[in-house]
Amino acid sequence: MLRVLNLEAGYGALRVLKGISLHVSGGEAVAMIGANGAGKTTLLKTIAGILRPSSGTILFDKREIHGLAAETIVELGCALVPEGRHVFSTMTVRENLILGAYSRRRGEKAADVAARLKDVYRIFEILKERENQIAGTLSGGEQQMLAIGRALMSKPRLLMMDEPSLGVAPLVTKELYTTISCLKDGGMTILLVEQNARAALAMADRGYVVETGHIVLEGTSRELSDNREVQRAYLGKEYRTIDE
Amino acid sequence: MSQETLHSPQVEKLHRDELEQLQIERLQSTLNRVYRNVAHYHAAFDAHHVNLEKLKDLRALRELPFTTKEDLRRGYPYDMFAVPLRDIVRIHSTTGTTGKPIVVGYTRNDLRNWTECTARLLVAAGITEHDVVQIALDYTIFAGGFGFQQGAEQIGASVIPTSSTMSVEKQIAIMKDFKTTALVTTPAYAVNIAAGLEEMQVHPERLHLRLGLFGGEQWSERLRQRIEERLHILSTDIYGLTEIMGPGVAGECHLRKGLHINEDHFIVEVINPKTLEPIGVGEVGELVFTTITKEGFPLIRYRTGDITSVSPEPCPCGRTFVRMASVTGRTDDLILFQGMGFFPSQVEEVLFEVEGMSPHYQIVIDREGGVDVLEIKVEVLEQIPSLDELKTLETLRRQLRKQIKAALNVEAKVTFVEPKSLRQAAGKGRVVDRRTE
Repeated sequence: MLRVLNLEAGYGALRVLKGISLHVSGGEAVAMIGANGAGKTTLLKTIAGILRPSSGTILFDKREIHGLAAETIVELGCALVPEGRHVFSTMTVRENLILGAYSRRRGEKAADVAARLKDVYRIFEILKERENQIAGTLSGGEQQMLAIGRALMSKPRLLMMDEPSLGVAPLVTKELYTTISCLKDGGMTILLVEQNARAALAMADRGYVVETGHIVLEGTSRELSDNREVQRAYLGKEYRTIDE
Repeated sequence: MSQETLHSPQVEKLHRDELEQLQIERLQSTLNRVYRNVAHYHAAFDAHHVNLEKLKDLRALRELPFTTKEDLRRGYPYDMFAVPLRDIVRIHSTTGTTGKPIVVGYTRNDLRNWTECTARLLVAAGITEHDVVQIALDYTIFAGGFGFQQGAEQIGASVIPTSSTMSVEKQIAIMKDFKTTALVTTPAYAVNIAAGLEEMQVHPERLHLRLGLFGGEQWSERLRQRIEERLHILSTDIYGLTEIMGPGVAGECHLRKGLHINEDHFIVEVINPKTLEPIGVGEVGELVFTTITKEGFPLIRYRTGDITSVSPEPCPCGRTFVRMASVTGRTDDLILFQGMGFFPSQVEEVLFEVEGMSPHYQIVIDREGGVDVLEIKVEVLEQIPSLDELKTLETLRRQLRKQIKAALNVEAKVTFVEPKSLRQAAGKGRVVDRRTE
C-alpha cells in the first residue's frame, strides 16, 4: 500500500532522513522504532505531505504522492495522528471529530459523517461519554483517543500515528494499544512511530529500526524483539518476551 | 510429488517489484550495520570511497568492493562478526583444508532464518510431515547437518540424524528398518550407499526411499541419473556454503530445472572471475552473494568461487525467485594443464560415457622433464564380464583415452584400480597436483 524509496528530507540545511526505504502492505501494522532525533517524526511528516522531501519517492497505492498537498494526501486515504495530539482544546469532542471529516465533506451527505461518528464512538466509548465536553479538559489518554478518532473521521486506508503513548499513563497506554490492535484486526493498515518499542512491537507485524536518519534493521516484530541490540537499546535490560 | 506445495508461498511467490523493494530495504539496513559494526567493511568502504547514502538501487551494489575468502581468513576467528559474541548463539566453521578456517556466528534470528530457508528447500523437493528424513551429513563444527535438521523438524518430518560418521552398512540398515523415505547427503555419499546396497544385495524396492536431496559438492546430470537408477528415487540438487549460511541458499523445486535462490535473504550476482565485471544474463561466471538478513555474519559481495549461471526466467512452479544452474566448477578447481584449463567435472562426464567405469576416480597431475603429465585413475566396476582378460581392459583404456582427448584436448594416462580403492577420494582428494611438490 505504501512504498518509500531512498527518502531524504530535513529542515533547511539539516538533513534528517538520509535515504530511507520502507514499505507497508495492505492490512499490515508496521512500527518504526528509534531514539529521539532519529528521524521518525520527520518521516511521518514527509509521507503526510507536511514536509517536502529533497529526494526519493513515496508511492501510495502505486501513485506518487511526494510533492502533493497534505490535504490531497488525506483525501487519498492516508491520515496522520500527529505527536502531542494537537486537539482543538477550546472545542468540544464532537466538534473536533466533525472537523476530522472536513476533507470528505464536500459533496458528502451529512448522514455519512454521522455514521462515521457513530463508528468512532463505537471504537472509543469514552469519547461518546465526553461528546459535549471541551477537549482541553480531557486527560492525556483521552486526548490521544480523540486525535485518533479525528483521523478516523477522514476514513483513511492508512493510519499513521506519531508516538501515541507519549505523555500517556502506562495503564492508558495499554488500553490505547488494545484499541489500536482492534483497528488492525478490523483491517486497518497502520504505520506507527514509537519510542515505546515494547508496546509497538507487541502490536505490530513488522518493524524498522531508525538511527540517525538511516534504517539499520528490518524484520518481523518477533525478529526485532529477539535482536539483542534492540533489546539493549530500546527494550531495556529487564526485557523478557512474554511468550517464552 | 506434490505440485503446488510451498513452505512460505507469500514470500516465495512475491511479485518481483515487491521482492526488489524488500531487497533494497534489507540491503540498505545491512550496509548501514556492517559499516558501523565491522571494521573490515568500514575500512573497505572508505578505501573505495563508497557513500552508502548514494546506494539507491540494486545495481549500485556493483560499486561496492568484493569480499574474498582471504578477507574472511584474516578476520579469524571473530573479526568479521557484526554483533558482540554474547549475541551469538551458534558457531560453525569451515574445514580450513586450504588455509585458516572461516568461523561463522549465528544469532537467534539467523538460526530462525536458516531453518526457514532449509524448510523451503525440503518442501520444494517434495518433503512433507509424512516423510522420514535420514540426514547423512556432518553434524560437527561444519554447518552441514544442522540446517537440514532444523528445517525438516519445522515442517514436521521425522528426522533421523544418522550423520556421515557411521558405516554405510549401518546407514542402510537404518534406512531399511526405520522406513526412511528421504535421504539428505552428498552425491558422493549417495553413490557409496548405492554401492553398499549392491554389496549387501538389498534391492532398492525393499526400501521406502523415494526422495534424495544431494548437495555440498558438484555433481553432473549423469551422476544424478545413475544415483536415481540405482536407488530408485527422484533427487534434487541443493546449494549452500558455510560462509553464507550453510545449506539453504538455493535448491531445486519438483521441476528440477535449476535451483531457486532464497532471494529474500540473499542477493546474487554473477561475475567474470577474471575481469570481475558483471556478465550477461544467463551467462556462466562466478557466483557472488550478499546476505541481507544476517545479523551475526553478514557478507557483502562474497566471491564464492563457484562457477554457474543464473536465469531470471519465471519458473512454472510459481516461485518468483531466480534459478541458478547446478554448479559446474570452482574457480580454484580449474586445473591448468599444458597451458589450458579444465574442470574435474569434465573428466567425470567422460567416465560416464564409457561402460564399466565407476564414478570413483582420481586425477593426478605431475611434471616429468618439465612437461605436465596427466594420469586418471579409475575404479572398474566388479560386474564387468571377463574383467581379467587383458584385452578387454586394454580396449577400455584406449576408448577412455580417446574420449578424454576429444573432450579436454589433452593426452592422459589411464590407470585402472581395484574396486573400492578410491571411494574415499571423493571431494577434496579427487585431484592430486604433484607439480608444486
